[in-house]
Amino acid sequence: MDFPIFHLDFIGNRALIAIIAVLHAVINHALAVGLMPVVAMLEIKGFNLLKTNPELAEKWDALAYRILFVAFLITTTIGAMTGVGIWFSASLVNPASIASLIRVFFGAWFVEWLVFVTEVVLILLYFLTWKKLKINIVQKFKHVKYGLFLSFFSWITMAIIVSILSFMMDTGNWNNDRTFLYGFLNPVYLPQLFFRTPLAMTMGGMIAMFLTLIYTRKDLDFRKVALRSISKWVLIWGPLAAAGAMLYYYMIPKSLVGNLPVAMGTLEFQNWYSQIVVIVIVAIGLVIAMANWSYFRPQSAPAWLAGVSILLIVGLMGHFERLREFIRKPYVIGEYMYSNGLRVEDYPLLQRDGVLKHANFVATKEVTDDNMLEAGRDVFILTCSRCHTTNGAVNPLKGKFTDMFGTKPWETAQLKGYIKNMHSARYFMPPFPGNDRELDALCAYIKELQTNPQPVSGAQDGLGFNKPKASRPVAIRQ
Amino acid sequence: MFLNILLQAQTIVQKDIPLPLPVPEWVLVLVLVLMFLVHILFINFMVGGSILTLVYQLLGLRKPDYDKLAYEVAQTITVNKSMAVVMGIAPLLAINTLYTTYFYTANALTGLMWILIIPLVTIAFLLLYAHKFMWHKLDNNKLLHISMLATSVAIFLFVPLIFLTNVNLMMFPDKWSVVEGFLSALVLPNVFPRYLHFLNACMAASGLLLVWYFGRKDFDFEGKFPTLSRYGVRKNLYTVTFYGSVVQFLVGPIVLITLPSQGLSWNVLLVIFTGASIAIVAMVWLWKEITGPAAQFGRHFTKIALTMGVVVLFMGSGRQLYRSNVIDPHRKLIAQKTAEYEKLVKEAQAEALKPKTTETAAAVHPGEAIFQMNCVACHQVNDKLVGPSMVEAAGIYKGNISGLIGWIKQPGKKREGPAMPTQAHLGDDKIKQVAEWILTLNK
Repeated sequence: MDFPIFHLDFIGNRALIAIIAVLHAVINHALAVGLMPVVAMLEIKGFNLLKTNPELAEKWDALAYRILFVAFLITTTIGAMTGVGIWFSASLVNPASIASLIRVFFGAWFVEWLVFVTEVVLILLYFLTWKKLKINIVQKFKHVKYGLFLSFFSWITMAIIVSILSFMMDTGNWNNDRTFLYGFLNPVYLPQLFFRTPLAMTMGGMIAMFLTLIYTRKDLDFRKVALRSISKWVLIWGPLAAAGAMLYYYMIPKSLVGNLPVAMGTLEFQNWYSQIVVIVIVAIGLVIAMANWSYFRPQSAPAWLAGVSILLIVGLMGHFERLREFIRKPYVIGEYMYSNGLRVEDYPLLQRDGVLKHANFVATKEVTDDNMLEAGRDVFILTCSRCHTTNGAVNPLKGKFTDMFGTKPWETAQLKGYIKNMHSARYFMPPFPGNDRELDALCAYIKELQTNPQPVSGAQDGLGFNKPKASRPVAIRQ
Repeated sequence: MFLNILLQAQTIVQKDIPLPLPVPEWVLVLVLVLMFLVHILFINFMVGGSILTLVYQLLGLRKPDYDKLAYEVAQTITVNKSMAVVMGIAPLLAINTLYTTYFYTANALTGLMWILIIPLVTIAFLLLYAHKFMWHKLDNNKLLHISMLATSVAIFLFVPLIFLTNVNLMMFPDKWSVVEGFLSALVLPNVFPRYLHFLNACMAASGLLLVWYFGRKDFDFEGKFPTLSRYGVRKNLYTVTFYGSVVQFLVGPIVLITLPSQGLSWNVLLVIFTGASIAIVAMVWLWKEITGPAAQFGRHFTKIALTMGVVVLFMGSGRQLYRSNVIDPHRKLIAQKTAEYEKLVKEAQAEALKPKTTETAAAVHPGEAIFQMNCVACHQVNDKLVGPSMVEAAGIYKGNISGLIGWIKQPGKKREGPAMPTQAHLGDDKIKQVAEWILTLNK
């Protein structure tokens, strides 16, 4: 990838995107897409009682407002900034891929942005005019409509972004059908949407349940009615989320099985997916149990259990997002670009000439006898660092090779033999893109890591073009 | 370190993404310039509004009605901050697409500070919410209350430097090999003059916004702040706008003079000076408002706002013109390099497809060939590598080819070390051949 290589050698580059993106995904599912319809529902319940039972109407309304307040605080700060953060971090970690995707999906992201603007305006209106528009029924009705529009537009943003996510996973079609429309027509799209929508609704319902359990502690009669209503919501959407998960579980391997490199992955992932199914069943089961408890015995339902269910579902979602990202490997864009930022079509040239020759942002241009370690480090940076650290906390080369080859001094033949063939042994590894000499340098560098691991700095600390060359030790004359 | 910056270093020419632009370039430029101006206007309101809230709160320590006024200004920040963030996305997308190599390069070179924008701004926003929603709870602890606001203001004063550093660095490829992180890029010309220009704009824009906000007929100024004069407060805000804009007539030339000259040309100067001239008209009206009779206060407001809007359009365009002047020659080099590289890629692909003259090896068992293609990452014939040697495996599965085939398709885990991944993708035929060959090692 012909950009300065930003690199975090402790947590690894994937963790940067993962932390930001999972936070964002959890917030937008649980507090935006999923929670806004619940708030709207609670407000409507109040609205319908305005003439017949204004006291009860006010209780529904106050609850809806308090729940919206929590959502507003979190979505307009952490939610919004992590959304921007996904752009920032993806651009830092893998500019080649995000830049390629934006050339194809510019339209999708632009439309997404227009819908975001609508969503932001609506949530500002919905929240900030809540008190003001309570003055009469006509104004209140206008306000209720804000809530409904907000719910709709939130879901639309999900529907659009899922098209891009699905496209990235749908291997092989970048080369055939690289269009905006294909984002929606590829086989992964609908299953993913049918999974995420009820999942978001369920998460929203659980958040509302948790908050209701806290906010209605002092009003047990209202607590009963409120919990009934919210539990009903969860009891409808929860099983749909479970069904969506099963559909996704079966659809994904089938649609990817046609592509041989990934077929390996689907079989290995069959094991991972089984884990996920267990977690899904436990999490959603707990949610449904919790919803039943609040429905039938609202006085005794404990807030902490709702809290635990929420955490479980959040954990599940995080695991699912990781899986979704992982199953795409070795590609970042199926069959077009590997996770290292290099295109499949670049490989014949790079494996002949070497990656260093065509890299503009590393200090070494070619491997010589004098610069094996520096060249090896630059090869590491160019070809491995998108996913690996040298000796960091996450995915360290030193740790991986120790697992494989033990603690005895590693031999070049071992390392070389492995790296040359790793893409056959482990489907998620891309083939090594450099030439033979560069592989020698890389192996020399890896051997050095075994005895003397030093963290590698990325482009954010300078490109290193100006560093004085390491001085050779002067032979001591006797 | 700082001296290095001034050295003329080698200019890097990298390859671009070899995919066509999604829309014609002029569309991207239009989106970039116009949407950026909308974004920066809301940012101006947010930053200036926060500063004014702080000032009013400090004044409010003596005169409580100012504290109440501060509360009103704080309400505007809630809206302006969210609009600022969401309106930033369009220019971000546009600049990512239009100036891919430049923007991403600058991002990477200042990467740590760049990504720190996210947590910093998040913290500023959360503190602002705490500040607003706990206003009355903290009536008796103004120190804590104002500290929260001051922290957000400090963050808002720092973060623009990160943005400015980036969009400046992206224009100067000759500096890319020289900078070492954010601090060294920060001191490149002409980040600081631009920063001063930005700060003045924040105050000028916010003053004008609040003149309107407090002037609304349905805003019960007199009821909320009995000891303050609506006219007095608005006049002060007009003065902030006036002074902030007048100072721009000093800061603006400094910006121009300190701009690296590669981008300066007559078209840039013409656009900027035209904008500045139009601004003079707005200054006259502002002066009239400030010094005119109270009864006629506000009559020039719309004209001032519209005129300044036009000025901003000119300045934004001049800025883009400067940027294209700097970058366009380099973009041609990049286009050339990209085309050359794509040619090399195709040549190498063609070469790779040619059948290679293979030495006629001794007739090799097909299973061995499959082994060499697929298994040698972890297995050797005679020695342990990651997994056991093939000789050892042959011994374990002697006379049990179906067991061996089963293992290859669905390996268990019997030893320490990473588990063997399934090789089922090879297909039954190939697996059978490999298994047959392995068992021949039992001689």
